[in-house]
Formats: sequence, C-alpha cells, structure tokens
Amino acid sequence: MRSKVLSICLLFTILMSAACTTQAAATPTEAPTEAPSSTPVEERTLTVMAAASLTESYTEIGALFESQNPGVTVTFNFAGTQALVEQLTQGAEADVFASANTKYMNAAVDAGLVAADTAQTFAYNKLVVIYPKDNPAGIAELKDLAKSGLKLDLADSSVPVGQYSLDFLDKAAADAAYGTAYKDAVLSNVVSYEENVKAVVTKVSLGEADAGIVYLTDVTADAAESVSKLDIPDELNTIATYPVAPLTASKNADLAQAFVNLVLSSEGQTILAKYGFVPATAQ
Amino acid sequence: MKNSTAHHPKKDSQLWKLLSAPMLLFILIPILSLFLRTSPADVFQNLHDKQVTQAITLSLSSSLVSTSLTLLFGTPVAYRLATRRFRGYHLVDTIIDLPTVLPPSVAGVALLMAFGRNGLIGSFLADIGITIPFTFFAVVLAQMFIASPFYIKSATLGFSNIDKQLIQAAELDGASRWQIFRYIFIPLSSKALMSGSVMTWARALGEFGATIIFAGNFPGRTQTMPLAVYIGFEISMNVALTLSIILICFSFLTLVIVKGFLHARMETEEELISY
Repeated sequence: MRSKVLSICLLFTILMSAACTTQAAATPTEAPTEAPSSTPVEERTLTVMAAASLTESYTEIGALFESQNPGVTVTFNFAGTQALVEQLTQGAEADVFASANTKYMNAAVDAGLVAADTAQTFAYNKLVVIYPKDNPAGIAELKDLAKSGLKLDLADSSVPVGQYSLDFLDKAAADAAYGTAYKDAVLSNVVSYEENVKAVVTKVSLGEADAGIVYLTDVTADAAESVSKLDIPDELNTIATYPVAPLTASKNADLAQAFVNLVLSSEGQTILAKYGFVPATAQ
Repeated sequence: MKNSTAHHPKKDSQLWKLLSAPMLLFILIPILSLFLRTSPADVFQNLHDKQVTQAITLSLSSSLVSTSLTLLFGTPVAYRLATRRFRGYHLVDTIIDLPTVLPPSVAGVALLMAFGRNGLIGSFLADIGITIPFTFFAVVLAQMFIASPFYIKSATLGFSNIDKQLIQAAELDGASRWQIFRYIFIPLSSKALMSGSVMTWARALGEFGATIIFAGNFPGRTQTMPLAVYIGFEISMNVALTLSIILICFSFLTLVIVKGFLHARMETEEELISY
C-alpha cells in the first residue's frame, strides 16, 4: 500500500514538473516566431523588459522608436524588476533590460544576462511627500509630518520605496534641523504600512490619510488631480537609480543598442522628465 | 462505491480510488509541504516573535468581536428570513449572500466608500470626531462584512427547520413571541447557530483583502494574521510559515467542529422526518 501511495506521489510530481518544463520551454520558442530571421528591410521585433514604474514613459519612447525605425515593432514586458530578472534567468528572450535599481542590474550582470560595463544610468527617481488637495492636516513643510494626530501612510519596508521612506527619516534624525524627536514623532503618526506604493497614492488621494511618501513618478497627471506634493530636499532624499542595457542574448543587437541610445538621447530624456523622472543628464 | 452494480465491484472501486487520488494529493501536498518546511521547534520559537504574538492577539480579539456583533445583529435577520415571507424576501436573501461571492478587495473599497473619512457615512462621523479607517474597529467591520453571511445562512436554516406545530402549540398555550424565540427557536436550532458562529469566526480569522484596503496594515493595530503572512512572505519567511501553520490548524479544527455539529443535526433531521 505504501509503495502504491509513493508511486502515485511520484507520478504526480513527474506530471507537475513536466507541465512546468513544457511551459518554460514554450515561452522562449514563442519569441523567435515573433522575430523572424532578420532580413534587413523586413519586419523586426524588439522586446524590452522594463520596470513597472516605466510603463508610461517607455511606451511613449517605444512609439518614438517605431516611428524612427520603419518596420520595427517594439513589444514591452512591464513588471516588477525582480520578476523581470527571474524571467530572464529562466530563459525569456528579450533585447533590452531596464531596471528600477542598480541592485537588480548588477544581478543581471552577475548572471551573464548583461555584459559588464554596458549598463548606463538613464534616470533617477526620488521620494516626495503627497497630501490631499484640500490638505486636511495643513501641511506646509516637512516638519508638519510630526504634527500630533496626523495620519501618515507609508509603504511597507519590504517594498523598496518603504525602505527609502525609513531612510529619509533616518537622515532627518541625523540632521540637526530635525533630530531624533522628529523621526519618532513622524513614525508615531503612521497609520498603515501599505504593501505597495500605489495603495499609498490611492489612500491619500481618497483623503483617508493626511499624507504619504511615494516616488515622484507616482504623482502622475491623474494623481495630481487629487493630491499635492511637497519636495524632500536631496540631502534627505534617497535617489533611486534606473539603469538600462542591451541583453547579451539579443538577436537584434543593433536595434537594442539603438533603443538604449534613444533612451539616453535628449528626446528620450525629455519624455522621461515629462513623467516625473529626474533625467540622467541633470545629475 | 461499496456495492456498485458493475460487474467487477472490486476492480471498479480500485479504479475510482486511483482516479480520485490526484485531486486529493493536489490539496494535501501543498499543506504538507508547509509543515515539512518548518519544524515544531521553529514554530514555537517564532511564537515569541513580537510580530507573531501581536498578529495572533489581534486576530483572535477582532474575530471574537466581529463574531459577537454578527450574532447580535445577524440573528434578527435570520429569524425574519426563516419565519416570514415578506415582500422583497428574495432581495434581502440575495443581499445577505452577496458578500460571500464578492471579491474581498471589492468589499474593502466599498467599506472605504461608506465609512471612509470622506465616505457616505464616514464624513458625518468625521464631523463628530470619529474616523474608522486604520483602526481596530475597521478590522472588525471588514470581518463582519465578509463573514456574517455564514452565520445568518446557517441560523436561517436552523430556524426554518423548527416544526411549525410546535410553535402553534406554544402560541395556544399563551407563550409570548419572545418566549417562543427564547425557549423554542434558540434551543432547537442551537447546533445550527453554533456551527454558523464557528464558520463566521473562521472566515473572519482568514479575512485579508477587505482588511488591508479598509483597515490598512499596522503591526499591533490592524495587522491580523493573514496580513502578517502576506507581508512576512516578503521579509520574514519564518513569520509567514509559523502563522500559516497556526491558521491551518485553526481552520482544520473549525471544520472538524462544524462537521461534527452538522452531522449531528442531519441525524436529528432524519429522526424528525421518520417521526
């Protein structure tokens, strides 16, 4: 009886793993059909793996790239950077990788997905304090975040932006103008640690929270209708660096490099600035 | 299955056993792997983690409050549904069922729209200085919204299974409405009420989506066990595993209790029918 149970278990495991491998195998085979053996003037597809926060800006850069390169279609895969690295490691075929931080770009270099020294910083993102348009807590400066009874919404420390928010408070604590009392008072005002940054934006724009800390790029044109923002000075801020690089496995190396160049060009930088990123050239 | 009319009953039963194995294993293996991934020593050690104890305390206290409130406010609804065929009966019945099929995230947004600081009712409450979101009470409301139908449905079923002749007899003897409710309805449907309460409690304990949206996530204030599992999955796998195991044990225990009660009730129903 036991051997029967064992054999069923084994069979089940084999079936499951078989299902997983076929799926993993299916993804890479799909890409080549999209990018048929590159005949020069014919249709070509450029696949770009980019961090979710780049969705709006990269879509626009992609449209520009297509208009500059007739016959080329740019397809995007937007996801959390960590998920992108995972997909690439699992063998997903792509041409360009744009990361939301240097940590994951370094991971891609270590995994041999990106050639060393080909990654270039194309934009920066930073933290900003947001509050509802009607400003129920009367926020005028950073010190107001310490007002007693204020409802502050932060991202959880497991989310990069949540960790950056805590870093900001640490820097403020070390700054004579604010001090540790400021950090403690601000932390005691936190009503929730959200599991993602968009939840912070939503709760502040709904007016449920008096203030929140998010990325500058989270204050999209849409969000700006219901929230106002308060800058955090650079010396207290954490600057997130966005690097981009062509992938070593790319079958369209020329196009991949051309796309990277466009992102770094003044046209690309203008688009990124439009969506709230700090252009690389500005630093 | 035991005594099928097929030609080879034994062979047949073997076949069914084999066919049912994949589904059973599919459910069993993930749960087993959760237990195999950790050791009892680890679980007990993690029980002393502040985040874990806070989450357990908060989950137990909030689910007890939400279950009690459900008993208080749900029983009249169940009584009405069981004893009256009023206009709009089906509408009320459907409304009660709605939270069980709604995605909890939708419930969370809905609660925010109603009881949020700028919500339909919340804005009036805010004027008198009461804000609900991000508080313990918000956790309770989220749980009640999602979990109360389980009690109400069970209680309604229990109340409607009571023999009408018994009630008529009591009325003839001059019993008041309250006496009938207190001495006939409650005792005769006690098992349905109990199993309904336990189901509501268990569902409240597992509530996640509405809570994280409406009450937020703050350790010790609104971070219940499911929230700690979700957040813990991203920072501390040990916390997530320990709380998952506790939640599985609670759920298992709940089902054992409920199935015990339900089984007993079905037997009494059979007795009634044979009467």
